[in-house]
Amino acid sequence: METAIVVEGLRKVYGEVVAVDGISFEVRRGEIFGMVGPNGAGKTTTIECIEGLRRPDEGTVTTLGLDPQRDGYELRERIGVQLQESALPNRIKVWEAVDMFASFYRRSVDWKPLLERLGLAEKRNTDFAKLSGGQKQRLFIALALINDPELVFLDELTTGLDPQARRAMWQLVFDIREQGKTVFLTTHFMEEAERLCDRVAIVDDGRIVALDSPEKLVRSLGAEKRVVFSVERAFDEAALRAVPGVTKVERNGERVTVYGTGDRLVGGVVNALETGGVPFRDLRTEQPTLEDVFLALTGKQIRG
Amino acid sequence: MRGLRKLTWVEAKLFLREPAAAFFTLLFPLVMLFIFGSIYGNEPTDYFDGHGAVDVSVPAYIAMIIATVGLLSITINIAVYRENGVLRRYRATPLRPQAILAASVLVNLVMTFLGGLLLILAARAVYGLHFEGNAVGVLLAFLLSALSFFALGFVIASVSPTARVAQVLGMVLFYPMLFLSGATIPWQELPEWLRRFSEFLPLTHVVTLLQGLWFGEPFGDHLKEVAVLLGVLVVGVLITVETFRWE
Ligand SMILES: Nc1ncnc2c1ncn2[C@@H]1O[C@H](COP(=O)(O)OP(=O)(O)OP(=O)(O)O)[C@@H](O)[C@H]1O
Ligand SMILES: [Mg+2]
Repeated sequence: METAIVVEGLRKVYGEVVAVDGISFEVRRGEIFGMVGPNGAGKTTTIECIEGLRRPDEGTVTTLGLDPQRDGYELRERIGVQLQESALPNRIKVWEAVDMFASFYRRSVDWKPLLERLGLAEKRNTDFAKLSGGQKQRLFIALALINDPELVFLDELTTGLDPQARRAMWQLVFDIREQGKTVFLTTHFMEEAERLCDRVAIVDDGRIVALDSPEKLVRSLGAEKRVVFSVERAFDEAALRAVPGVTKVERNGERVTVYGTGDRLVGGVVNALETGGVPFRDLRTEQPTLEDVFLALTGKQIRG
Repeated sequence: MRGLRKLTWVEAKLFLREPAAAFFTLLFPLVMLFIFGSIYGNEPTDYFDGHGAVDVSVPAYIAMIIATVGLLSITINIAVYRENGVLRRYRATPLRPQAILAASVLVNLVMTFLGGLLLILAARAVYGLHFEGNAVGVLLAFLLSALSFFALGFVIASVSPTARVAQVLGMVLFYPMLFLSGATIPWQELPEWLRRFSEFLPLTHVVTLLQGLWFGEPFGDHLKEVAVLLGVLVVGVLITVETFRWE
């Protein structure tokens, strides 16, 4: 079987709020599939319908060939789930939690190396309530892997983690995929989606506005690069506009941004500045990112 | 049921780590015993139909433990698990809801039993507690009483929108029962009209049943109590099954 998840026409309504508005997509086996979008876009609702924890109002979901509503118990034997919001009893110890969760499944892995891998070995005798936010997050990831699942769901896996822990988590996700598992994750962070995912669905207001690999999404945008630098005095902007590939020049105080395409853009800009005898500093280039894709597709900034 | 054994074991440890639950179930009854035992002793008196104060109090305090566990421990525990998202996390595994309820019943039953046993052993050692009934009968009555109060606790947890409401509801039922059922204040002390009111409290029937069997009365004399408690149990289980919510 090539596909891990098939979603067709999924719709979920809460009172007046249309949380998910008829979305369809497929997730292939062995890929890291991401859903990105702002708060309230419908990511959690979608992921939990796929896990069988919420009942869709319309549409069909097939997860690992099973109907998540009808075959829920069977499905949950084979998937690993990290929920955006959940908890454990305050006074349960880390080792007790993993040991107990292992007993819930037909099949489970040894929890000692798992805690080791997640950097929780030293915390094995600590109460859940006494763990830091990032440690709790890692414990939940351990619980999501305890049954050696074929398909792992990670809803906001790095929210609340420091940059270092976030990078470690990314490595972990790659490791999970290395083991032949499929990963379905959601995130607010465009950079995270770009680095991690083989394919990304950009969601907004309960709909998928784009779905492809991050590179293709960025390229589809027309791939405008930016060259940014500072100048101290006025200069002739026309010389910059004449550089091949340049589409637009913006000036904001000392700060100048040149928009354009092509591999020779930076060289051309620098050349024009030198030729015109314009002193500049802090020159750098900015590649377009998923952030720009989101902005272009929805007209909104993902944050704020 | 896979997972039930581990879950039960962990829940038992968690119960003992929760100072309030452990104290009110296991130690507080002993405190009551020693305070009132040292005031009234255990000499047979006509006031208690020829029984000693401790002999009468021990089955009554066992009723108190049952109410504490059923209306406070279980209610708060389940409601907090739901509110915090512990049940949500369990739900994302193949664990059956029946296993969660079964583990809760098993752990709380054992703790209630331990509370009663400690009380009996202490009363025996210190005050020469008298037992005139049939142990199997008392045990059966204990089981019935505990299960029907646990069912009541699950119902409160199920119908409460938040953990806070569950806690308040549990207490609203608990305190009047504690004082008016004969569990702590002997019913002989209550005025007639209050005694009539206390007929409506399930705990009154637990006290009457346990005290009666304790002093050797046959089950046949207590069909009314058995019927009331069975009724509470059956209705409670039905409501719990109907209204159980993960979140
Ligand atoms: N149980 C619920 N009851 C009522 N409304 C809900 C419920 N769950 C979600 N919603 C609403 O549905 C919409 C989508 O919510 P959802 O949690 O799926 O978004 P999300 O993309 O996961 O957001 P976030 O990034 O903040 O986690 C929101 O407007 C939310 O208010
Ligand atoms: Mg979410």
